[in-house]
Formats: sequence, C-alpha cells, structure tokens
Amino acid sequence: MMTYFPEEVVEHIFGFLTAHCDRNAASLVVQGVVPPAARLRRNCYAVRPERVAARFPAVRSLTVKGKPHFADFNLVPPDWGGLAAPWIEAFASSPTAAAAGGRGGRAGGGGGGAPLEELRMKRMVVSDECLETLARSFPNFRALVLISCEGFSTHGLAAVATHCRHLREIDLQENEIEDRGPQWLSCFPESCTSLMSLNFACLKGEINVAALERLVSRCPNLRSLRLNRAVSVEALSRILMKAPQLVDLGTGSFWVDHRSEAFHRLISAIERCKSLRSLSGFWDASPLCLPAIYPICSNLTGLNLSYAPAIQGSDLIKLIRHCWKLQRLWVLDCIGDKGLAIVASTCKELQELRVFPSDIYGAGSATVTEEGLVAVSFGCPKLHSLLYFCHQMTNAALITVANNCPNFTRFRLCILEPKKADPLTNQPLDEGFGAIVRSSKGLRRLSLSGLLTDQVFMYIGMYAKKLEMLSIAFAGDSDKGMLYVLNGCKNLRKLEIRDCPFGDGALLENVAKYETMRSLWMSSCDVTLGGCRALAAKMPMLNVEVINERTKAKSRGSPSDFHKVEKCVYRTIAGRGTTPRFVWIL
Amino acid sequence: MSIETERSSTESEVSGLDYEETALTLGLPGGARAAGSDPERKRGFSQTVDLALGTSRNDPRGGGSGRGGGGGGSSGDRSDESLDREVSRSEKPPAPKARVVGWPPVRSYRKNALKSCTFVKVAVDGAPYLRKVDLEVYGGYEQLLSALQEMFSCFTIRNYPNEERKLVDPVNGTEYVPTYEDKDGDWMLVGDVPWKMFVESCKRIRLMKSSEAINLAPRAPR
Repeated sequence: MMTYFPEEVVEHIFGFLTAHCDRNAASLVVQGVVPPAARLRRNCYAVRPERVAARFPAVRSLTVKGKPHFADFNLVPPDWGGLAAPWIEAFASSPTAAAAGGRGGRAGGGGGGAPLEELRMKRMVVSDECLETLARSFPNFRALVLISCEGFSTHGLAAVATHCRHLREIDLQENEIEDRGPQWLSCFPESCTSLMSLNFACLKGEINVAALERLVSRCPNLRSLRLNRAVSVEALSRILMKAPQLVDLGTGSFWVDHRSEAFHRLISAIERCKSLRSLSGFWDASPLCLPAIYPICSNLTGLNLSYAPAIQGSDLIKLIRHCWKLQRLWVLDCIGDKGLAIVASTCKELQELRVFPSDIYGAGSATVTEEGLVAVSFGCPKLHSLLYFCHQMTNAALITVANNCPNFTRFRLCILEPKKADPLTNQPLDEGFGAIVRSSKGLRRLSLSGLLTDQVFMYIGMYAKKLEMLSIAFAGDSDKGMLYVLNGCKNLRKLEIRDCPFGDGALLENVAKYETMRSLWMSSCDVTLGGCRALAAKMPMLNVEVINERTKAKSRGSPSDFHKVEKCVYRTIAGRGTTPRFVWIL
Repeated sequence: MSIETERSSTESEVSGLDYEETALTLGLPGGARAAGSDPERKRGFSQTVDLALGTSRNDPRGGGSGRGGGGGGSSGDRSDESLDREVSRSEKPPAPKARVVGWPPVRSYRKNALKSCTFVKVAVDGAPYLRKVDLEVYGGYEQLLSALQEMFSCFTIRNYPNEERKLVDPVNGTEYVPTYEDKDGDWMLVGDVPWKMFVESCKRIRLMKSSEAINLAPRAPR
C-alpha cells in the first residue's frame, strides 16, 4: 500500500512518527524514506549490515549492540560473535552510501565517501583493522563511542586520531583495550582543534602526557575529559589550567601528598573550573586529597566515586554534605546506611543512585542494607533510577520505598546472596517487588533478586505494563512464573533469565510473544534441546541459538532432546553468518 | 525449587523437642541442623579461637563458632551461606563457598579495576624514596620479605626463634621491623594475621627501625 503514495506523502506521514521504535519499525517496511539526519539503532544480528547500508545510505549516526547483556557477567563464551567489522565495511563500501555522501557533502567536509558521522557500539568485538577502515572511509566522521567492547588496541585509536579530521568525540567506556604504547595521543594533528569530548579512562597503560596537554590547549570546545590512571595529579593540575571550561572531568590517579605544593596547585586548578558539573575517576584516591574538590562540590550534578574504595565512612559523608545539587551519584557500599542517610538529607535533587559492592567475595566491612535505601526514598522524591547491591532487603522496606518513590523508570536490586529471604519475616520478597511495580507505573527496567516465588511474576505481569527489560535470577517455582511475564508485559523487549525452574512448557506456550521482543536469554534453566528445536520449528523467523560450552558434545552427534541447555533466542530477519563451534543454530 | 532456609521454629514446636534441639552446643544461633550436620557440635575454647582465626577444622562448611556462650538470639532463619557470613564478621577469611558464575552481576571491568588495589607503597625509615609492591604476586610472608630484601638491597633477613622476622642492615646492624597500616588506619606488625587477610587489609608497609617499634600491638600468643 505504501508504495502507491508519492515519496512526499510518505515523508509527511513519517514526520508524525516521533517515537524512536516507531520510526525504526516503519523504516523496516518502507524503502529509503528516512530523513538524512536519522539515527539508526540495530542489534548486530537482527539484520544484515549490507542491507542496512543499502537501505539507509544517508544515515549519519549508527548504533549497534552485540553480545547479550549477560555477557557482562561471563555467561557468554568469549568467541560468541558481535563483530564490528561487517558493519563498518558495509557502510564504508556501500556504493549508495558513497553516492549519498557526495550528494549531501557538507561544506568543508569531504566530497564523496560515506557520510557516516557517528558510530556507537556496545559489547562488540572491534579490531584495529576495522578502526583503520573507519578512519579512512568516513571523511566526516565525528564521534566514536565504544562501550564494553574488546579486540582492539591503542594502534586502532592512533588510526582514528590520525585520519579523522573533524573529530569531536572519542568516548571509551569500560573497554578491554590492549596497550601498545602511548603514541596514539601524539597522532592527533596540530590541525585538530574540534574535540569536545575525550574519554580514555579505561586505558590501562601509560600515555604521552605532553601530547595530551598540547591537545587540550588547542581544543577550546573541550567539555568532557576523562583521564586514565596513568595521569598524575601534577599533570591533572596543568591540564585543568589549560581547560577551565570543562563541564565533565574524570581524574587520573587522585593521590598526592596533601602537605605538598602539588596539592595546593591542584586546589587552585580545580577552583578555576567554574563550569564543572560532573566528576569521576578518583583512582587510588586517598581521603586526604578530597578537600581539593570541596570548592566546586556545590556545583556538581554528577559524582562517581565507585572506583575509590579507600574513601569511606566519615570522609565520604563530609564530601557528600557539600554536594547538595547532586542528581546522579555512584558510590561503593562502604558508604554504609549512615552515609546514605546523609545523602538523603543533603541531595534533594537526586535522580539516579548506584551503590556497587566493594567486597564481592568476602564479608566486607561496612555495607548497605534496606535501611539505607529507605532513608534515600524518604529524602529524595525525584529518585527514578536505582542500582543497589546490598546484603539484605525486607518487604516492609520495599513497600515503603514504593510509596515514597512512585517514579521509578529503572529499578535494579541485587541482594548479594541468591534466594535470600526477608530476614525479618523469613518470607519471599514477592510483596515488596509487587509494591514497586504497582506503584511505579512508568517502570521500564527491572532486575530482581532474593527469594522469590511465582507470585512476584504474577504481580509483574499484572502491573508492569511499561516494562521493557526484565532480569531474573534464582527465582520462581514453575513455568507459571515465566508465563505471567510473557502474557502480561505488553511492552517487554528483553527478558533474561538464569537459574530458574522454567522449562519447555513456559518456553513454548506463547511463542508469538517472541516476535514482539528483541531477545530472550535463558541459562541454567529447565529448557531442553527438544524444547529449543520445537521453538525453532514453530517460529522459523526466530534465530534460536543453543550455546554449549562443552563443544565436544556437538561432534559426538546430537545429544538427547532431554538434554538441558543454555541458550539464547533473538529475533532476526537475516541469518547470522559465521557461528562459533559452540553455538548451534536450530 | 527447594528453599535452603532453616526449619522454622513453629515446625520444631510441633514435632516436640528433639535431642538436637536440646543439646547444648557452642555454635551460631540456629546452627545448621540439616542432614549431615556435624556431630561434633561441642567445641573446646581453643578450637573456637582457632576457627575464629581462620583455620577451618571439623566443620565441612568451613564455618564455625566464634561467638561465646550459647546460641541465643535469632530463630534459625538463616541459610548456611549467611551463617558463613556471620562467622566472617569475626575477622575470619571468608569460607570457601562454591562461587556462582557471573554472580553477583558485576562487570569484569569493575572487578578488575577494584582488584588491583593490592599495590602498596613500601617505605623504609631513612630511605629517600618509596617503592611499590603488588601483594598479590607473593604467596606468603617469606616471599614478601625476600622481595623487600632485594628491593632495599642493603638488608638481610634475620629470623628469631619466636618466629619474628626482622630485616637487618649489615653495615650498621640496625634492625628494621616490617610493619603495615591496615584498613582501620592502625599500624600493625607484619606476620600476625593469615596471609590472605593481610593482603586484603594492608594499605601500606613501613620498615620501621626496631627502636621505634616498641609501641606496636604485641603479638597474639601462638
């Protein structure tokens, strides 16, 4: 039907589709009618990259996500896939892309060549070669954002620095980057003055500090700078003197003798940064150095101390008391319930709180319990995004939190001990989480933990109508639990489950649901190979993958259909291309 | 799925008083009475102390007592794992529980970033600069002291009969006692606590001249 309308009409209709997902859905159906400034987001196996490049030649901004979320926690074998190269090559070599680039070439930009300007990748395997391809193929390239990626080294960064003439942003978050020397910073030509954002905090090796200082000096628009551990306090002071306009700063190593001249220089340098709104880094920070940031604390809206385990207790509290404008706070659990009470009384603008575990394997010193969370819920009515690792939680606390904060969009609670009950009542935490989903009608992301029965899933299916992503571990009693969720959560896109008693019955009851979802992950559940085969047979459009780390099982012929599997399902239109040995496509 | 919690107190009321319920034991409140429970629930004081200090003896879970007196307190609503946690709070290294893959859900990047805090500075009284060592690299105190000996190459290690170790500058005979600052900010003698506990709690090391070391906490009797 759409093909009978002239392009102008279709474009007009498109103008009314403002929601990202709607535009994406429509663009899958309609050929080529996507305004040039469109951003595209894809899962890397949802569709073939060549097809995307052919269909959307003029796309300027591309986001691709690779491995499933649980890959962050070592649940996906390392060679599973998520390769960036096919994407970069597809866009680099697509003839329509090149033509589009030539047609719409910006003034001063390269005439001809693919017009891609921004590339964001998450959990992908990126090689130095494809970074080189990227650097050479996209003359207008401006922004590279890599999150939790791996497979590349500082040589790849050097290629990007060397060839991308209009670079505005290099943002490297929590990647595994091989250190092959500090030269990459020297590869930015003298003509590069356009940098606005540079984040290399995750780099492990040394860097060329002099080159960095020169780079910072000639980039007056630099707003965000995140350094790595190799950058000393002395270097930081010099850099800040050259970039007092910074809005976001990640310090390097934040240790210096507080009686020294260097410490006083640091204080002066930081004081000049009147625009600073967000701080992170604090590698190796000692509490005695914290007073250096007191002068600007009252301006801060974002603070990340989650990599500073030496800052605890009273030092942390002293610092927080200065930060009354905070909207986003990331800390370690050594803040303790007392510290969270101070957050509650000080940070009235708080919207996002993340409390990470500082001692993962041991018993730890100060930790947080339900008390800290309850205190924050009383004090911070704007709280809508939570990630909270704690040792225990009670239903009463969760109900109180639900009443105090009805605006959660993200609620992720991780009780460190699997299947831990409410310590006051010895009951499961069904009622507590039930209260959360009932009260926060806008909840989009939820992670559960603690002792949970099928009842909590009934609540989720009943109330969590806006829920898009759900993470479940060590929960539930039967297939009913999973079915409550599949049948009830209309907007569910991603469901990830581990170590739950959900089996083939749950998997196969509502297969049509998977067509509306992005992905399903189940590991260490009761799903069998036979169940996966049945699913693949019923739903040929789905890519059903079975991951089996014991690869020898494959060569010995297929195991019985009753063999329990780890697996991943995701929705795909195209096939996958290459598959590693341990992955079976059914 | 089975719930690994204690039998609730109401259940034992119904079933009457079992022998195990009434046996006086030294142990944590609500101590595990699941199948396969340890018959040697009564422990002598010295064994108790040893358990608290980290040598796991009879208890297959690696947990143990550490609290004086009878059980008291809570109504047995804890699983085995949280029992271990209770014991761990009395300064014992964590019980060797089976590690669940990918739990808690913390990214490797974060785990690694926080792990490398095993680098500590080493200062020697009278030396003009400090060194840094990664404690994780060493298997125990002997290796650490050997490394320090090499690093500040003027020292030799002198062993005393009561297992104290000192480093000696052979030129002038000055003895240095290895000390360290722990997480609480206290200065301790190197060697008192189990190696693993030392690695986790040591923030910096100072080779202190013996003459200045008299104010440090005396060693616990062995």
